[in-house]
Amino acid sequence: MKSAVVLFPGTNRERDIAVALERATGQAPAIVWHAETSLPKVDLIVLPGGFSYGDYLRSGAIAARAPIMRAVVDAAEAGVAVLGICNGFQILTESGLLPGVLLPNAHGKFACKNVALRVETSQTIFTGGYEAGQTITVPIAHHDGNYFADDETLARLEGEGRIAFRYVGENPNGSIRDIAGVYNATKTVLGLMPHPEDATDARHGGTDGLGLFKGLTAALS
Amino acid sequence: MKAKVHITLKKGVLDVQGKAIGGALASLGFGGVGDVRQGKYIELDIAETDPAIAKSRVEEMCRKLLANTVIENYAVEILR
Repeated sequence: MKSAVVLFPGTNRERDIAVALERATGQAPAIVWHAETSLPKVDLIVLPGGFSYGDYLRSGAIAARAPIMRAVVDAAEAGVAVLGICNGFQILTESGLLPGVLLPNAHGKFACKNVALRVETSQTIFTGGYEAGQTITVPIAHHDGNYFADDETLARLEGEGRIAFRYVGENPNGSIRDIAGVYNATKTVLGLMPHPEDATDARHGGTDGLGLFKGLTAALS
Repeated sequence: MKAKVHITLKKGVLDVQGKAIGGALASLGFGGVGDVRQGKYIELDIAETDPAIAKSRVEEMCRKLLANTVIENYAVEILR
């Protein structure tokens, strides 16, 4: 599986995802600067976490209009898998690749801790390494993770099985219907607030994130 | 000409910053303050002499970048 990681000014989780991808696939991802206008031929594009453009205007708003995003949208529309984590999820909603928006956390504070997530389906290229209904523990680190969409959009997402992950037990940010991650209509684009890449080594305190990378590698290799 | 853009959160969308401002006002002793909603104000200088064209261009900017219409409304005012 070949992969590319997009780097924006203010991205800070590119090394975390690069290490996780290399561990899962044996191949380091290409790192692509936001000002580029084309991507290498890859099976997976990752928009990592961070604070692109200092979260100016809205989280992910400026990054979503960066030159490289035209190529990301074109690749996504051609069926290439796209994974947006944390700020990457915010960028995907701002770019229109995923519905809804990430509002500031309802409690007004930055949230940095491990959370429990339920894997809603194992029938996607992202979640084949898990069982449907399985609970996994991965960290979050965000200020704007409060997922919001209108009722009509939520009904469509739930009806089409497009909720990827939900928070179990405590909802750490007030997100509507406990949503932690969603898919696009073809389930080839996934955005999620938690950081599975930071739960891939025993020294992280847990390895529940490995299933995502194993699933992707199995599906895309 | 100059364009003034006001961006406000739609009704019903949680405004965490507005709530924090309201709390700070209360702690300063300002009583009687109800709901507080925070928005954005953006001023643009545009090289366009026709106010109608200027307004429609700025409205397009709002739809494409300045506002996220999932959660925000925008209002554009053109000044000569």
